Amino acid sequence: MFEYLYLVPILPLAGFLINGLLLGRLPRPVVSFVACTTVGLSFIVSLLLFFELKELPVEARVIEQVLFPWISAGSLHANIGFLLDPLSAVMILVVTGVGFLIHIYSIGYMHHDPCFGRYFTYMNLFMFSMLVLVLADNYLFMFVGWEGVGLCSYLLIGFWYEKQSASDAGKKAFIVNRIGDFGFLIGMFIIFWQVGSLDFRTVMQTAPEVFVAGGALITAACLLMFVGAIGKSAQIPLFVWLPDAMEGPTPVSALIHAATMVTAGVYMIARSNVLYLMAPDALMVVAIIGGATALFAATIGLAQNDIKRVLAYSTVSQLGYMFLACGVASFTAGIFHLMTHAFFKALLFLAAGSVIHAMSNEQDMRKMGGLKKYVPITYATMLIATLTISGIPGFSGFFSKDEILWKAFSSPYGHPILWVIGFVTAGLTAFYMFRLIYLTFHGRERMDDHTRKHLHESPKSMTVPLMALAALSVVGGFVGMPHLFGVTNYFEHWLEPVMAGASQDAASHALAAGGGDTGLELGLMFASVLLVLVAIFMARKFYHQKPELATQMCERLSGVHRILLNKYYVDEIYGAVVVRPLVNGSKFLWRIVDVLFIDGFLNGLATVYSDISQLLRTGQTGRVRTYATVFVTGVAVILALMLFG
Amino acid sequence: MEDTILTLITFFPTIGVLLLLMVPKERHDSIKAVALIISFVTMLLSFMLWSMFDPMANGMQLEVNLPWIVSFGIHYHMGIDGISLVLIVMTTILSVLSILSSWRSITKGVKGFFISMLLLETGMLGVFCALDLFMFYVFWEVMLVPMYFLIGVWGGPRRIYAAIKFVLFTMFGSLLMLVAILYILFQYQAFSGEYSFDMIKLLSMPIPYREQLWLFGAFALAFAIKVPLWPFHTWLPDAHVEAPTAGSVILAGVLLKMGTYGFLRICLPMFPDATMTYLPYICVLSLIAIIYGALVAMVQKDVKSLVAFSSVSHMGFVMLGIFALNFQGLQGAVLQMINHGISTGALFLLVGMIYERRHTRMISEFGGLAKVMPFFAAVFMIITLSSIGLPLTNGFVGEFLILLGVFKANSLYGIIATSGVILSACYMLWMYQRVIFGKVTKPENEKLNDLSWREKLIMVPLVLLVFGIGIYPQPLLERIEPAVKQVLQHVSRAQTVRLDERYQIQKVVHQSENPTRAMSGLTQGDEACLR
Repeated sequence: MFEYLYLVPILPLAGFLINGLLLGRLPRPVVSFVACTTVGLSFIVSLLLFFELKELPVEARVIEQVLFPWISAGSLHANIGFLLDPLSAVMILVVTGVGFLIHIYSIGYMHHDPCFGRYFTYMNLFMFSMLVLVLADNYLFMFVGWEGVGLCSYLLIGFWYEKQSASDAGKKAFIVNRIGDFGFLIGMFIIFWQVGSLDFRTVMQTAPEVFVAGGALITAACLLMFVGAIGKSAQIPLFVWLPDAMEGPTPVSALIHAATMVTAGVYMIARSNVLYLMAPDALMVVAIIGGATALFAATIGLAQNDIKRVLAYSTVSQLGYMFLACGVASFTAGIFHLMTHAFFKALLFLAAGSVIHAMSNEQDMRKMGGLKKYVPITYATMLIATLTISGIPGFSGFFSKDEILWKAFSSPYGHPILWVIGFVTAGLTAFYMFRLIYLTFHGRERMDDHTRKHLHESPKSMTVPLMALAALSVVGGFVGMPHLFGVTNYFEHWLEPVMAGASQDAASHALAAGGGDTGLELGLMFASVLLVLVAIFMARKFYHQKPELATQMCERLSGVHRILLNKYYVDEIYGAVVVRPLVNGSKFLWRIVDVLFIDGFLNGLATVYSDISQLLRTGQTGRVRTYATVFVTGVAVILALMLFG
Repeated sequence: MEDTILTLITFFPTIGVLLLLMVPKERHDSIKAVALIISFVTMLLSFMLWSMFDPMANGMQLEVNLPWIVSFGIHYHMGIDGISLVLIVMTTILSVLSILSSWRSITKGVKGFFISMLLLETGMLGVFCALDLFMFYVFWEVMLVPMYFLIGVWGGPRRIYAAIKFVLFTMFGSLLMLVAILYILFQYQAFSGEYSFDMIKLLSMPIPYREQLWLFGAFALAFAIKVPLWPFHTWLPDAHVEAPTAGSVILAGVLLKMGTYGFLRICLPMFPDATMTYLPYICVLSLIAIIYGALVAMVQKDVKSLVAFSSVSHMGFVMLGIFALNFQGLQGAVLQMINHGISTGALFLLVGMIYERRHTRMISEFGGLAKVMPFFAAVFMIITLSSIGLPLTNGFVGEFLILLGVFKANSLYGIIATSGVILSACYMLWMYQRVIFGKVTKPENEKLNDLSWREKLIMVPLVLLVFGIGIYPQPLLERIEPAVKQVLQHVSRAQTVRLDERYQIQKVVHQSENPTRAMSGLTQGDEACLR
């Protein structure tokens, strides 16, 4: 079976080629059939591979398949090759599984769009790139997927290219991602010139020998690669593209800007865990940036009125959690949250899409309300997802978030302050998510009559994926229950071979610190659950029972509210500090340096030449008399000099 | 065949010129047909050359060396290595495509135009084949004349200014080069007792450091103007904006490479000490070119001058890669010369296609073309991506290797150059957005036709090359590698190089011979080996 590993990414590529090359010539059912089947088959292959991998003894769970040498120059030899190990097995399952459900959902959602074929072409290309990203066996080939998903994101955000805001958002996403890639490339250069290879396995084996642990080089390399992760996973200060990315079709937001692509940074760090463990300073930066982003984005989420924007900031915030986990060297917790987040955030977006579908493309929550009875399935599934993201015990989000909070507190790389940040963020998350639920589905119906008449539950192709994801959101967490409950954490065990360094480190520390303080762990858990319940209660008070309270609150804190509503003016600041000076500076270079100085100098030189020639030309009158006069004068002068000089 | 193939390829277009002279000037179709067939056959011949070339062998191949003007030691000496091979093939392909692209756009002076195109092709191929400095110079100058006419006769409104500027710039450089060539000739005579222009023989002559500085300077100026290296670039935007599409394609695709080719073939191997001395200055100028070209490209209003400034930026990468003086940098640079020919050539072709429809190239005149010309938009997207170096397109492989090599040579240069990656995305995507995305705002754009079958025929091979080289660059890289190794070996002769630098270069040279990376320093025996 392992020899078919390449099929996982190749199948969606085939779908892309079929739909892309025959764009506009295939009927819609064929397009969607090709697109969904290829992704579905890819999911099935992934499942089979997963089970086969599970059969192998733990130490043999690394399968490498090299297709052909890609670039070799001097000592650089990079292959087109795939690596299947427990980590990439989880990733391909999440990517193809969630991806397949979103493809199915898209059939219904994009039904009315004239560019149906183009949509599925891009989606399949995205699946291919994402699978390359997680399956690549070296950094360089990973970078193919890394930039590939960026490209697809660009194309899909700007899918409705006639809208200026959409094509702006696409371009912004690409360029901000490129800033991250700049860091990633340089990080890759350092690794290559130190290790002599970009192959994951070689790098992880050799790195401890060539790098000095905690040294400047390894820290620089890790930080630079983290810059790449910051760009791709929308962390401070490069998060600005993700909220704008909501210009794309909603299923795209669900797949790319929630479940898969934006988590690539987390995957990359988990994949490089050996390197990061050698650079504690870099880990600390990862944890701080992650925590800060989690909190920062959550506060913005409090004040947004666009249903998708709330979810976008929530995604930024949740990604912050994942980085927080990685930063405290709990890579497993990061990947675990990546997985549960993929389920519940995809579900939230798809449900929001279903709401938008029902509301005739209205996204402003102030114009919704009382939708519960019109779209019951959407409501039920969205509520489940909200309970999950809020961290209500029993739902998957609870387990993954709780693990991160506990690790932030207890890990040798953790700190109580990090825990406090995560804790407060959890409260804020519950608040803004239930604000969304109450504003959208409860209370007074604030839409106009025309929209109300058209309210309808979405078709089966859309609701079935919702239900499937809801089921996953509920049960997905049981694979990674904490030791505290006296059960095996299957997820941690599964990833152990990949995260060997990390888990040993953490385990030894846990022993030293008095072997897992169960009392404390339970206490912290109860505290966060309590906070979440309070937050939900407050959201209910503000947005359901007494909506006037919320308005009063906004007025009393109008300054704060305005700052939050305008997202701390980060976009405006970037515009003033980076974009405008860059454009004006370039105009200066062109008009002043290029045209005025360099060209002016050369043209001036030419003018001087021609002026001198003009001057000399006046001597060439062509009249014999002039020449004779000059001649005679000359002779006279010379004679005079000879006679009297 | 072995010893005639280069002559055949170089002068086959000239046969076409002779044929065209016999065709009456009003028979446009026959003229075009002859030109196309001749250039097509030349391309097939270059494919044959590719198959005859032995990728494993070191040194020059398929050489021909006949005495020509014996009293001055001038020989008819041709031969190629991997670098010239890939450039020759690129030249013949681009020639066919640019002749095909002129099918409709050239209406006056058709005969003269195609004669110029074929003459130009001979000149270009000759430069890449020549191993005799005299021949090199002759072909170098031969290129100038048809290009002058292409811009000056078939160009845009300011064609005369642009053509004269182009010629004056180039002549200024090449005259200094001629002086340097003659100086070398007499030096060699003093050294060995015979006159010779032979580029291989001349390598054996030790040149004193001070003279190297002057000679390198003279050659480098000629080449730097051609590249063009900042601040010698201002002829390029004018020439490009005014030149007809085919002229721009050849200019950007091939003529600019003459400069970088000259550095590789002459400056580096002949003047290794001077190379090491000038290296920091050239690197700084290249870095300025990368950033400056990209920034200025961003604010251009004319698509063609945007692409022209992007060329300045891209060629800066190539120069920087060459002066990284390691395998990655040099192989990347040679590959990037090809890539730039493909993607910039394609960009000029695309701009030409919309120019033919709308007779304007102003970005603000377009918008919303995705709706009316979807095929065009798709191809434009692919070429844009290739130009900004997206992985799996050709641009990435070259750019990555260059940056990797430069980072090794000097990490600060590497970091500055890598930031060019961000800027290229800015200017290309912004231009793409304004031309292709958005609503159709101008009524003139509503009824534009998508690409015709002829235009598709031009673009499809380029798109295939973009992905072909991006996915499987090995056939090119492995042919370039031995040639690059030769260059590095010559540079490593430098006496003035600080010992540690010399070690690095030699280590790199050594590494390729021994795939299991030599981690330790070299022994004295190794060093002697390289001498």
